[in-house]
Amino acid sequence: MSTPAASFRSEAAKRILVKDGAYGTLIQAEKLDGCTYGGDLGLSRDQRGNNDLLNLTCPGVIEDICERFAAAGADVLATNTFNANAISQADYGAEAYVDDINRAAARITRTVADRWAAKDGRPRWVAGALGPTNKTLSLSPNVNDPAFREVDFDTVKAVYREQIDALVEGGIDLVLIETIFDTLNAKAAIMAALEAERALGRELPIMISMTLTDLSGRNLSGHTVEAFWASVRHARPLTIGLNCSFGAQQLRPHLAALSAQADTLVMAYPNAGLPNELGEYDEAAEETAAQVREWLDDGLVNVVGGCCGTTPEHIAAIAKVVAGASPRAIPHTNGHTLLAGLEPMVLAA
Amino acid sequence: MSDFASAGARFVNIGERTNVTGSAKFKKLVLAGDYDAAVEVARQQVEAGAQIVDVNMDEALLDGVQAMTIFLKRIAAEPDIARVPVMIDSSKWSVIEAGLKCVSGKPIVNSISLKEGEEAFLEQASTVRAYGAAVVVMAFDETGQADSAARKVEICQRAYKLLTSNGFPAEDIIFDPNVFAVATGIDEHRRYALDFIDAAREIRATCPGVHISGGLSNLSFSFRGNEPVRRAMHSVFLYHAIPAGMDMGIVNAGQLDVYDQIDPELRDACEDVILDRRDDATERLITIAERFKHVDPATEKKEAEWRAWPVAQRLAHALVKGIDAHIVEDTEEARQAAERPIHVIEGPLMDGMNVVGDLFGSGKMFLPQVVKSARVMKRAVAHLLPFIEAEKDESAKGKGRIVMATVKGDVHDIGKNIVGVVLQCNGYEVVDLGVMTPWTEILQSANDNNADIIGLSGLITPSLDEMVTVAGEMERAGMNLPLLIGGATTSRAHTALRIAPAYSGPVIHVLDASRAVGVASALVSSGPQRAELIDGTAADYEALRQSRAGRGDKDLATIADARANGFAYDPEGKAPPPLKPGIHQFGEWPLRDLRSNIDWTPFFRAWELAGTYPAILDDPVVGESARNLFEDAQEMLNRIIVEHWLQPRGTVGLWRCRRDGDDVWVLAGNEEVRIPFLRQQIKKREGRANMCLADFIDPDGEDWIGGFAVGIHGIQPHLDRFRANNDDYSDILLKALADRLAEAFAERLHQHVRENLWGYAATEQLSNQDLIRESYSGIRPAPGYPACPDHSLKPLLFPLLGEDPAGVTLTDNFAMLPASAVSGFYFGHRDSQYFGVAKIGQDQLADYAERRGVDIETATRWLRPNLD
Repeated sequence: MSTPAASFRSEAAKRILVKDGAYGTLIQAEKLDGCTYGGDLGLSRDQRGNNDLLNLTCPGVIEDICERFAAAGADVLATNTFNANAISQADYGAEAYVDDINRAAARITRTVADRWAAKDGRPRWVAGALGPTNKTLSLSPNVNDPAFREVDFDTVKAVYREQIDALVEGGIDLVLIETIFDTLNAKAAIMAALEAERALGRELPIMISMTLTDLSGRNLSGHTVEAFWASVRHARPLTIGLNCSFGAQQLRPHLAALSAQADTLVMAYPNAGLPNELGEYDEAAEETAAQVREWLDDGLVNVVGGCCGTTPEHIAAIAKVVAGASPRAIPHTNGHTLLAGLEPMVLAA
Repeated sequence: MSDFASAGARFVNIGERTNVTGSAKFKKLVLAGDYDAAVEVARQQVEAGAQIVDVNMDEALLDGVQAMTIFLKRIAAEPDIARVPVMIDSSKWSVIEAGLKCVSGKPIVNSISLKEGEEAFLEQASTVRAYGAAVVVMAFDETGQADSAARKVEICQRAYKLLTSNGFPAEDIIFDPNVFAVATGIDEHRRYALDFIDAAREIRATCPGVHISGGLSNLSFSFRGNEPVRRAMHSVFLYHAIPAGMDMGIVNAGQLDVYDQIDPELRDACEDVILDRRDDATERLITIAERFKHVDPATEKKEAEWRAWPVAQRLAHALVKGIDAHIVEDTEEARQAAERPIHVIEGPLMDGMNVVGDLFGSGKMFLPQVVKSARVMKRAVAHLLPFIEAEKDESAKGKGRIVMATVKGDVHDIGKNIVGVVLQCNGYEVVDLGVMTPWTEILQSANDNNADIIGLSGLITPSLDEMVTVAGEMERAGMNLPLLIGGATTSRAHTALRIAPAYSGPVIHVLDASRAVGVASALVSSGPQRAELIDGTAADYEALRQSRAGRGDKDLATIADARANGFAYDPEGKAPPPLKPGIHQFGEWPLRDLRSNIDWTPFFRAWELAGTYPAILDDPVVGESARNLFEDAQEMLNRIIVEHWLQPRGTVGLWRCRRDGDDVWVLAGNEEVRIPFLRQQIKKREGRANMCLADFIDPDGEDWIGGFAVGIHGIQPHLDRFRANNDDYSDILLKALADRLAEAFAERLHQHVRENLWGYAATEQLSNQDLIRESYSGIRPAPGYPACPDHSLKPLLFPLLGEDPAGVTLTDNFAMLPASAVSGFYFGHRDSQYFGVAKIGQDQLADYAERRGVDIETATRWLRPNLD
């Protein structure tokens, strides 16, 4: 039996893989059928909006969404754990449930993945999703004290480690560090994953996905995509890529820059276009798919999926356009040394 | 510091000013908790050119962990500092780890070593790697710090083996083989510098992928307090260590001397010490060191010195050296002392420019420097102009007034601008009409300005005919002033055969900028040289016409014979169908990706510096000039990339096609478009084919062809800015760089097509040198160039590429806008190759006109250079 990373790579060499879409959009649309966010956990604060807690309190709703993405053709199913870390859950006073949420989320996704793999014989991978938290290691929220930080590296690392360990217990195949607006937060997550891997004694593949905060192609901590790649390449990630940010169209030049450099698989999952005046995503499934199609034509990606505003219809449309498309060839490294500040620096070998 | 800057990518300066052990000033600031000022030190050194910032807080009175943490967080908030990588420098592991927790990019740790054994070493290396950093490994082991070359090499090789076999990537290892003090008077220390250099060479050879770094200040420790000698030692050391493989160093970049400019006596003495060439080397250096102690660094001294000169001399110095820092204040001072403002121009400024002109004329100064001088001159004149106008003086027109223009339909003006600048430097007044200038405007301006000479320029073939038109109109207007012809497409032959007969006044082809002054000065002189030049040229052109008239088409085969001797198509070499046929748009290719694809040789040629890059940088004659130019170009290129001045856009199309004789019928959409190609007609030796591009397409069945266009957009606001500043130098530099980027993009895109879109060469691994030498399979001939000389194929190609290909548009005469653009066809056949169509006969002309769907007259105009 090959490891998840090996089977992933061998499948990705044959075709473009599909990742699922976003939970948030569907949860908003879903009627919770009598079950409530807080359930009977007895938490003192109002839990409305705590989507991650639903893994515990309304598992059926989450399983149903996961099921619909699998049916739409997703090969990679991510857990509903974007905010299931102690820093984000503290806003709800629910940090004590971090372990339970992650374990439950991983089990739900694992169940769906295994069911579909058994049904059609195609492998499915469960990616444990790690969001960026709502605190940043690189920026000071206090304009009068530029050296101030709300959190420190070791805290963020420990928070991620807690989440990863619970996800692993629940049965994930891969760790997905996503929507990275702060490169240093991501480096803490990477270190947590590497330490978890060492403790586990078996391979724990990492997927890394950056988000851009402006059209010039930098994230919030100021890194260009090339500088970002230099900063996280030590994780030897299974995939590197971009998600969220903007729609597929605006993401494209930056994806091209990353794709040209990264000597590993590239995964990208855009929003359904740019939000309208009401903050809703209204790009039609076919439209998103048509733009993803352009990425395929240029050989920019190996894995595609959806982020904010994407639904099972979007994923089905994407699955349709990737069928038969040839996957991006992974470029060879040239032995150059990559360093980075906010911008990359390359030393010739 | 041009020695080091020219090594460019070969040597990385690591800034040393934010190091409490090396900078007393920085230490004081940090100890006082004045982090605002400490951050400024970091900013200054990045501005001064440090490519990496070394941060060291190892000071007994400091809490190192806290100081490192605060300082790194502070500079993280400054984008103009944080853009470069950080080197976390400490001998305490706790300080290093604290630093790693604050740095968001990919830093370097300085340093770890085998001092405490393999286990501790590997544990630290693995932690460094988990934080995502590169590492400096000191040549230090359980028994101590390595001093001999053999020990340095042995320890580094051992560390290399340990690291790489434990998964640490070789490219993230930087060895520091210890720079120790020399000239200490102790015999054992004599070989220290040489040992470093030898070890560096051996380590680079045996440990592939690694880099070599070192801190320079130790080297000259014996000469504390004698800054000039220390600087000379550092420069001499680097001069030898860099070629041996040292590619990074902790240095004060602003304080290195140019090797060539060190006093030869001091330099030799330093070299004797560093290379351990004589037994008494140390004594000799100590003896002479005292004498150099109070010699301030050469440049600073000169700086102070020339500023004290009389104003006329200062102006001349500024012009010759191209220094514009003080030009306005000096010009103003001269104006106040002068009787009339115009006298400042006629006096000191022209005197200075005459020196520049003489130096240029005698080959002691080169074009880039001349253009820099011109920038200084223009600034001075711009300052004086309002005063001159206030005097309502009909300003004298200097040696002569020349109206220059790039002709209608053509947009290229780098060469014209260079000629304009050179003429201005030599005292001519130039009225520059810019690009795309219709003849009416040229004649009008010549009359209005009472011009002495008209100069025409053009790069593309149709411009040749436009020049004939201008000449004909000058004749009709009864003009008599000399007409100068220049530009890449022009030639002595074309000028003699076509332009000169259209105009009875003097017509002279000027090969390059350096000849322009001689020609102009003869033409405006009242002496015999004017008649000599005009008559001599006329006689020369007449002789050329005679010899051509007798030649006819004897050396040409008939088109039927040429076709029969076409290049034999080999079905074996046919490229497979493309992986991704159709149109591909590249909205904005990252500029930084193109940088490594730049072919620099033509860049130097544009500046009339002859030689091949990179050898040209060390050329004994033009080397210095080339290095300075290259340095300026690199600096501008950095800004172009970082500040996003230019936007490369490209479009590729890959289509089915079939061949019919010399035509290729391209199937794009549902329509077949005929692309006619030209065939060589010169009679060939046995076994040599008469080539035509169509020969590379399968004659029996379906095949594929490609097309592309690339354009570099966004240049205009920057040119406007330079123009507003009277900065011709930057104007020309930017245009030349944009041209190089267009070519680099065409080359890069071709590679992308070969590897990915057409995909017949999926595993090409070529260096930029290979790319420049075109050692790959497939070609990308461009309309207007030798294999495909007809520019009019562009309006056939562009519609195939869809709406708005690469954002490039065509002028009436098929020049591309923006001017930095390339378009062409892709041929994928293994045997496809570049050739020149050269001269063709009237039979092919008639045949081609019919295939191209135009009358013979039009075809003649388009193919002019291939008919003469």
